[in-house]
Amino acid sequence: MSAFKNPFDPHVRLGAGCDCGRHRSQAEHEAEAAALRNGADLAADASEEALNRRVIESAAMRALFPHDETRRRFIRAVGASTAFAAVSQFLPFGALEAMAQDRKGALEKKDLKIGFIPITCATPLIMADPLGFYKQQGLNVDVVKTAGWALIRDKMLNKEYDATHFLSPMPIAISMGAGSTATPMRVATIQNTNGQAITLHVKHKDKRDPKQWKGFKFAVPFEYSMHNFLLRYYVAEHGLDPDKDIQIRVVPPPEMVANLRAGNLDGYLGPDPFNQRAVYDEVGFLHILSKELWDGHPCCAFGTSEAFIKENPNTFAALYRAVLTAAKMAREPKNRPLIAKVISPPNYLNQPETVVEQVLTGKFADGLGNVKNVPDRADFDPFPWYSMSTWILTQMKRWGYIKGEVNYKAIAEQVFLATDARRLMAQLDMKAPGQSYARFKVMGKEFDPAQPEKYLATFAIRKTA
Amino acid sequence: MATHRLWLRSAALSLLFFVLLVGAWHLATLPKAEVQGANDEYAKLMGKGARKAEGFPTPAAIAAAAWQQLSDPFYDRGPNDKGIGIQLGHSLARVGLGYLLAMLFAIPLGFVIGMSPLMYRALDPYIQILKPISPLAWMPLALYTIKDSSISGIFVIFICSVWPMLINTAFGVAAVRRDWLNVARTLEVKPLRRAFQVILPAAAPTILTGMRISMGIAWLVIVAAEMLVGGTGVGYFVWNEWNNLNLTNVIFAILVIGVVGMLLDLAIGRLQKLVTYVE
Repeated sequence: MSAFKNPFDPHVRLGAGCDCGRHRSQAEHEAEAAALRNGADLAADASEEALNRRVIESAAMRALFPHDETRRRFIRAVGASTAFAAVSQFLPFGALEAMAQDRKGALEKKDLKIGFIPITCATPLIMADPLGFYKQQGLNVDVVKTAGWALIRDKMLNKEYDATHFLSPMPIAISMGAGSTATPMRVATIQNTNGQAITLHVKHKDKRDPKQWKGFKFAVPFEYSMHNFLLRYYVAEHGLDPDKDIQIRVVPPPEMVANLRAGNLDGYLGPDPFNQRAVYDEVGFLHILSKELWDGHPCCAFGTSEAFIKENPNTFAALYRAVLTAAKMAREPKNRPLIAKVISPPNYLNQPETVVEQVLTGKFADGLGNVKNVPDRADFDPFPWYSMSTWILTQMKRWGYIKGEVNYKAIAEQVFLATDARRLMAQLDMKAPGQSYARFKVMGKEFDPAQPEKYLATFAIRKTA
Repeated sequence: MATHRLWLRSAALSLLFFVLLVGAWHLATLPKAEVQGANDEYAKLMGKGARKAEGFPTPAAIAAAAWQQLSDPFYDRGPNDKGIGIQLGHSLARVGLGYLLAMLFAIPLGFVIGMSPLMYRALDPYIQILKPISPLAWMPLALYTIKDSSISGIFVIFICSVWPMLINTAFGVAAVRRDWLNVARTLEVKPLRRAFQVILPAAAPTILTGMRISMGIAWLVIVAAEMLVGGTGVGYFVWNEWNNLNLTNVIFAILVIGVVGMLLDLAIGRLQKLVTYVE
């Protein structure tokens, strides 16, 4: 029933093989007819009825309007909820819902709390809530907005959260006991790739060369973040020592724009929407997108503790599927405006929709008077490459966050769950790469994951203590 | 008659101040003429032409926000978007719990310290060191040891409201007039009865002064604590609106915090009047 997993995908073929044209196969058609005959049964499981409603309704919408443009126009014209209400009068939604409940796993825990920081990096994890992907898996999830990364760490260690939005280096650091008590954490999926930027204060419009940045005050969201490592990498490639020539502070992403406006910061390598928000509020401009440093770099991750996975394997798998389903949908550029709409309200990002839409669609104002079009400004490739975790480890060692011998392979493969991701992605008809290591380039310099120490030795600027 | 006229004149003056303040505010924040050119693609992406909060909000905008928030104070649109009434409820519950715990701890201990000069001297250094510590400095420690963010919030309220109550209770108990204690002794009153029927009524006004100070501090601290820990409460509300740089709602929240703080203070002030006596 993969139709249910991506209800807003307008390309799915419909009416392929059934009499009425509403079902994907004759079997589904007959199942519905049977369900209709047993109408009494439908009322039974009322609590679960709500679970599948949204998914089903949208599947039906897709059936009624096989053409993308027509459906979009219709929904835009009348609003999504009105559209569903109108259409539901003519379709037996109850029957469709009853069918969707056919795969019930024995979930160990149904009520979950998942933490997130209000940034677009968390898109798959957030959108899975309003779009019903958690409910589709039988999970009752509260996605809880959190004030900062240190608090995410503490609440994970406290077990207040069952799973969370992480910065991808965080689970590695927590597992190793860097800046935390050592507790094994796991990365189920990468939440997003690219999607960050260096934003500078508008008063620095003439200082586009990083060599002019001596004495600047920069912010990153957390010490163990791709933002910190990429900013350090970037300035070091331009000859600045990030520990001596500039100041790097930890500022929670939501407070970055306010601090930039107040003049506490000269710039930041931060997550969106706060780069775009600085542009929108005319306090900053986008100096460079993180995509231009390392195209396809990971940023945030979705993960939990090893203990949670061991105690709740089925729940974890369900959660995994929900987030992967969301990632699958988020990868489609045509879904992005809709996603921007569902994650912008106060319950989630609390941002103007146009700001989020500019980030997700990649058509944006850069703060310097240009409209840019970079469709892959943000992407949501969920596969957790071991080569990514290996690179993160090299940078943690480079800047002195971990010391001594590092067993790159063991840690990288222990924390990132590439094998599970591959298996579950295959179940969901998502393309997963065949291998788990790949070479990639960061600012034109190749990284070979087989030789991390050799790579590390090539850097002239690093912390030597 | 004279007091009546004074009341009237002070009210008129207050009103005048209000009008002057709001008037000046209104003039200072009059919206500048909107730059035209919403058709231009760049301008559109920058939110020109659309309704966009720019600069400091006007009094009218605040009033509109207040009306909107207050007309539906108990809405609940998911765990991160609740009405101001619910947020206030969370904050008040935290303050209430922390404050109650502080009372249960500080008033009996204050009695002991006040009645025994020995204990007073022995515990004094600890109190003097612990008293000036900012309650928020306890937050990381609380989070780490208590392992629960909402209990940590309550702990922070407890720790900040305990000191004024403790010190005032000890002081009030120690300062009970010797004559009364002597009379009690002459009448061979049992210690428990002496504590409840002689010392407590005599020290009550001082104790309530301590409680009033504590309540003021607790209400100040809860906002900051909730901004740190997040989740629910007025502090979270302010933080969430700050993230969106929505100054209008921030100012509205500030006004609400002020009004609620005043009501709490008034309530304890009433209690205080009940226990004051004329010697």
